[in-house]
Parts: sequence; structure tokens; C-alpha cells
Amino acid sequence: MKRVTRFSAEMAALLLSALMLSPVNAASASTKPVAVDIRNFAFSPKTLTVSAGTRVVWTNRDDEPHVVVSAGHQFESSHALDTSDSYAITFDHAGTYTYYCAIHPMMVGTIIVQ
Amino acid sequence: MNDIEDRNLDGRRQFLKCMAWAGAGTLWLMHGGVLRAQPLTTKGAALAADASFGFVQISDSHIGFHKAPNMDVAGTLRESLAMINAQKVRPEFVLHTGDLTHLSRPEEFDTLAGIMQDARMGKVFYVPGEHDVIGDNGAEFFRRFGEKQQSGGWYSFDHRGVHFVGLINVLNLKAGGLGSLGADQLAWLKKDLAALSPDTPLVVFAHMPLWPLYPDWGWGTDDSNEAVSYLRRFGSVSVLNGHIHQIQQKVEGSITFYTARSTAYPQPAPGTAPAPGPMKDIAPGDLHRYLGIRDVRHLQGSHALAVTEEVMS
Repeated sequence: MKRVTRFSAEMAALLLSALMLSPVNAASASTKPVAVDIRNFAFSPKTLTVSAGTRVVWTNRDDEPHVVVSAGHQFESSHALDTSDSYAITFDHAGTYTYYCAIHPMMVGTIIVQ
Repeated sequence: MNDIEDRNLDGRRQFLKCMAWAGAGTLWLMHGGVLRAQPLTTKGAALAADASFGFVQISDSHIGFHKAPNMDVAGTLRESLAMINAQKVRPEFVLHTGDLTHLSRPEEFDTLAGIMQDARMGKVFYVPGEHDVIGDNGAEFFRRFGEKQQSGGWYSFDHRGVHFVGLINVLNLKAGGLGSLGADQLAWLKKDLAALSPDTPLVVFAHMPLWPLYPDWGWGTDDSNEAVSYLRRFGSVSVLNGHIHQIQQKVEGSITFYTARSTAYPQPAPGTAPAPGPMKDIAPGDLHRYLGIRDVRHLQGSHALAVTEEVMS
């Protein structure tokens, strides 16, 4: 009984905060950036599922440069990412986003936005 | 301070001595499309004297790279060019088979152009690597180094009876694919070769290997089979590529495929590492064994090309 009460209180608090915040703040508060590592000429994780509004951050861990390019021109390409360089895109809309490395096209990854 | 400089100069003299024509190296003789390796001895020298002309291939200078195992890729490129200038018989031109730069940056192109100019390389024919076309589909590369024959950047020329073709296979790459020539370039190639007699020696060069060398690492070209089908009727075809920073060869009928060493850093043999990145764990003194240039001589009275690999050690 006690547990149920606490659960309800949490739900109420969440609902209250969601109502009080603007939609933009609500999105940034509920999602934190998700990392994709580029290592050994591969994207890791190769397939990533996130909720709409999530910021995805690619970071190059190789000694070789890589370039993140959307296969269907669905989002803007990165510049050449040298070692330790990062690139981020916020995915606002649900869908499947296939991308690859412009200079090593056998490197392919997918972002599924729900 | 003077002492140190003198010692450096001595070291450099020693190094140049090691790189002389008669030094370490292998002479490759091609007879009817089949390569034979020979140590670079007096016989090699005699064959070099017989040659109607020679040219040198360099590749993958990666200006802008500054990590293990090579913190000074500009220096090793300069040393490669000094080796070319040290040849007894002056090569008539140079082919650079791509990846001039590491990141396609204007200052990297500037450095490369300056080094080539300082070394008085004369005529250099370039094709781009995938590192030279980042962000602008090669616009800057073609503006500075293109032959400007065709809008796509590919070109051909004749030199003393040998037909040379420079192909571009690093643009319009597809997700999950390898290098790509594309329909327009293939149509041009077919037309370019159509008028030639089958006994014309051909040299075809491009950055990525024009055969499926190791597709798992992207070492190949998706539509190379179509291009190679146009080459089969010729009696002597040499295909020169870069990209993989090591020597690999394959003979297919009258067509011999070669890949060149890099002047910057080596990459692992196919499948011997998790990924095809730079080999970082090379002892500082050993790097030169992995770098080098290729000297090709066209022998008078034959359709064979003698290919000499010279390592920088």
C-alpha cells in the first residue's frame, strides 16, 4: 500500500513538472545525448534506437578520419572528423536513418527514432 | 648547435646514399603481362639503360597526418622525392595515385604543392584519393591538380607509345559499397580505348584498387569488372593503385595489378588487424622499410614495363 502511494506521488510530480515546463524544455530534460563511437572502422552501436528529440553524438576513436553522411540525405553531413572529434545531430522525427562514412563507405550505421 | 646540425647533415647524406639506385630494391620485369622479380644488380642497371623512358609512382602522402608511426609525413615525402631525383636516368614524369592530403584542407594541399615544387618534380599526374575529396566532392583537388580534360576529372594521355589512363574511383560512394567509377566514366573509358590497337601498352591508374583485393576493408571498386573487361583485348596492361599503403600484386591474363607503398605510413596486410588503420607500433628506425616509391621503365623494343620497387632504407 505504501509502495503504491509513493508511485502515485512520483507520477503526480512528473505530470506536474511536464505541465509546468515548455515543450522544448520537456524534451531536453527527458532525453540526454546518446553516444555512437567510431572505432576500428565501425560505428558502435551499429544500430541505435532512440526516442524522438534525442541528440546523437558520434565521436571518432580511430587514428583515421571519418565522415558521417546520411544515406538518404535526411540529415546534414559532418565535416571530416579527425581523432577525438565529435559530431552531433538531434533527431526530432520518428524514422529510420541509415548513414555511412563518406570515405570508408563499407562503414554503415542506422539510427531508429521512435 | 653546429655539431648537431653537422651530424644531422651527415645522417642525411648517409640516408641518401642508402637510397641510391643501386641500393636495396627489387626490379620487376614484365614480360607479356607476367611480372618477374630480380634483385637490383648490374643487370638491372643495364635494363634501366635500355629503357626508352621511365616514370615513377608515388602514393598516399597524407599531408596533415601527424601521429604514430610518422610525425613528419612532409619529411618522408621530401625524402621520397630526393630518391627520385637521385636516379641516374631521370624519370620523365611522376604519377601520384592519391591521398595527397589527410583531410582535404587547403593548407594541406598548399604544403603538398610546395614540396613538389621545391623538389622540381616537373610534370606530375595526380588522381584523388578519398582523403582529397572530403566535403567538396574534390572541387579543390581538381582546381589545383586536375588535368581538366573531362568534367568528371578522369583523363588519358599518350607517352612514347604507351597509353596512360587516370581514373577517379573515390566519388559518389554508396553506403555499404567500395570505390566507384560510375556509368559516365565507364562510357568514356570504353570510347577512349576503342581506337587503340591491341598491342598498345596500357597503364591505368586510380587510387583505390581496381580489383577486389579485400572488400571487407573496402579495398576494391564496385564496378571495376566492367572497366577491366575493356582492358582484356590489350597485350600488356599495368594497373597501378594506391590506397592500401603496401605492395600487393595480381596477374590476370595480360593484366597485372599493383598497389603501391605510401610515402607516409604503412597499413596492415589484409585481415591481419581489426581494422585497416595506420600501423602504429613500428619502431622509429624501421619506418623507412615500409615506405617507398615505384619506378617504371618502358623497355625499348618490347611491350614490357620494368617495375622497380625502392624502399626508403
